[in-house]
Amino acid sequence: MSLIRSTAAELAGKIHSGEVSAVEVAQAHLDRISSVDKGINAFLHVDTEGALAAAKKVDDDVAAGRPVASPLAGVPLALKDVLVAEGMPTTCGSKILEGWHSPYDSTVTRRLREAGVVILGKTNMDEFAMGSSTENSAYGPTHNPWDLDRIPGGSGGGSSAALAAFEAPLAIGTDTGGSIRQPGAVTGTVGVKPTYGSVSRYGLVAFSSSLDQAGPCARTVLDAALLHEVIAGYDEMDSTSINAPVPPVVAAAREGASGDLSGVRVGVVTQFSGDGYQPGVLASFEAAVEQLRALGAEIVQVSCPSFDYALPAYYLIAPSEASSNLARFDAMRYGLRVGDDGTHGAEEVMALTRDAGFGPEVKRRIMIGTYALSSGYYDAYYGSAQKVRTLISRDFDAAFATVDVLVSPTTPTTAFKIGERSGDPMAMYKADLCTIPSNLAGNAAMNVPSGLSADDGLPVGLQIMAPPLQDHRMYRVAAAYEVARDAAQGGPLIQRVPQLEGI
Amino acid sequence: MPSISRDEVAHLAKLARLAVTDDELDLFAGQLDVILQSVSAVGDIATADIPPTSHAVPLTNVFREDVVRPSLGQAKTLAGAPAAEDGRFRVPRILGEEA
Repeated sequence: MSLIRSTAAELAGKIHSGEVSAVEVAQAHLDRISSVDKGINAFLHVDTEGALAAAKKVDDDVAAGRPVASPLAGVPLALKDVLVAEGMPTTCGSKILEGWHSPYDSTVTRRLREAGVVILGKTNMDEFAMGSSTENSAYGPTHNPWDLDRIPGGSGGGSSAALAAFEAPLAIGTDTGGSIRQPGAVTGTVGVKPTYGSVSRYGLVAFSSSLDQAGPCARTVLDAALLHEVIAGYDEMDSTSINAPVPPVVAAAREGASGDLSGVRVGVVTQFSGDGYQPGVLASFEAAVEQLRALGAEIVQVSCPSFDYALPAYYLIAPSEASSNLARFDAMRYGLRVGDDGTHGAEEVMALTRDAGFGPEVKRRIMIGTYALSSGYYDAYYGSAQKVRTLISRDFDAAFATVDVLVSPTTPTTAFKIGERSGDPMAMYKADLCTIPSNLAGNAAMNVPSGLSADDGLPVGLQIMAPPLQDHRMYRVAAAYEVARDAAQGGPLIQRVPQLEGI
Repeated sequence: MPSISRDEVAHLAKLARLAVTDDELDLFAGQLDVILQSVSAVGDIATADIPPTSHAVPLTNVFREDVVRPSLGQAKTLAGAPAAEDGRFRVPRILGEEA
């Protein structure tokens, strides 16, 4: 197995035993990025020097016989460009932050560095994480390695594409309405939105603060779990951080890999099927549910009627919070400034800068949020959306009183063509239909690939949802399913990505 | 059903400090109308007896010890500024004739 096609766990084992050096591993991935990223556009910035220096430190530890910093020390990672890191630019996919360097590290970045994880660079994303296709990046769309004419999902399409193109074995994403899970689904990779509050938001450039959550992305369930334990944990720099032990996700992934799910109750969400769902997606989902049954799980149907209102509630709450959060881009303290020629006052400079620096989707959401929060409309829009949020939490509570985890397709269709939905915001928003409830309720949820759709040969994702702080439950189910899936499908799905050499 | 006019969009843009062009106004007016009509569905089930949820994890009064901690310092703070002068942020005049 070549270095770039290995799992993070395999690479870590080889690096820590001295079989290969972390520098060789980093270099192999940097070479891969050089050879294929022109056609993928997963990376907005590649930090060659920083990556090699971080790798060298791990090699020094191994050579000196010192204990390595973590189980993932020396393994390369792609960091979504919404998490700040000193020594690298942070753009959030926006022109308004072009060339800006953060003066500090996010907590996620700091934890990665302290764990000896080798950060290769920053990945492309929809501007300020607003989108489901990465087409809203000011730096051009990212292409799906399964079919370069198609989207890699969004907003974290750079991270998902980097994994599927074997440019990195690990990545970090952020999930406000599905931005980790939906890109995972359409690229055949694993993506986890941990329980809200379990990974610090300090240094995560805010889109919708009550929903934003960073999480691990990988090509296997175990790799995601290993990364989860590196980045999660209480942080006093985030006032919404949960002061509780990190759920034992690595142990759960190892336990699940033994392939026994007897005694586990799995609920199928009845709302997430029917009109608007691609037949090949539903067929793959149904096969996955049968696989879970064969592993010993008990399958029951669960109705969560308020989930039908999650999408409209989300597209009020997220824009409302965004309109407030993005007020910080005022052309005064950082980022772009336009029209500062002595004839314009501060307010005019602010308005000219924001019009020049923000793309259309960001402007739409700022205006929707401004509208929803304005007096006279507040009760009908924002206030009602907050009530729907209560109903969604109640539906989850009722469901988890009878089942251990819930399952659904991760997104209603496979990867759509670049340009297909970019002129129709509502069509784009529907990609998040199944992922949004877990953001509104704050519980854990993840995508694990379930195979290729019979209608177009593109990846399909299975979503597994667990109660807050019970993240380990879904890892156990996902790991068991992954083993069974690979056995049934003749090997890991990800190894069937078309060759990209020669782009 | 709500309906949002081009003038209302222009007003929102002004409130949000977005100097949108006429072409953008034409585009956004139609799109915002479609989006707002769709999201207004929340009113169908949001009855008066349901309490609102603002946050997935209800936390109140998160305090820390009142101790001095190191901060970024002047040089790092100003490093990303669009304009700086005499160790301070330089900003355009804040009083003007604009409405």
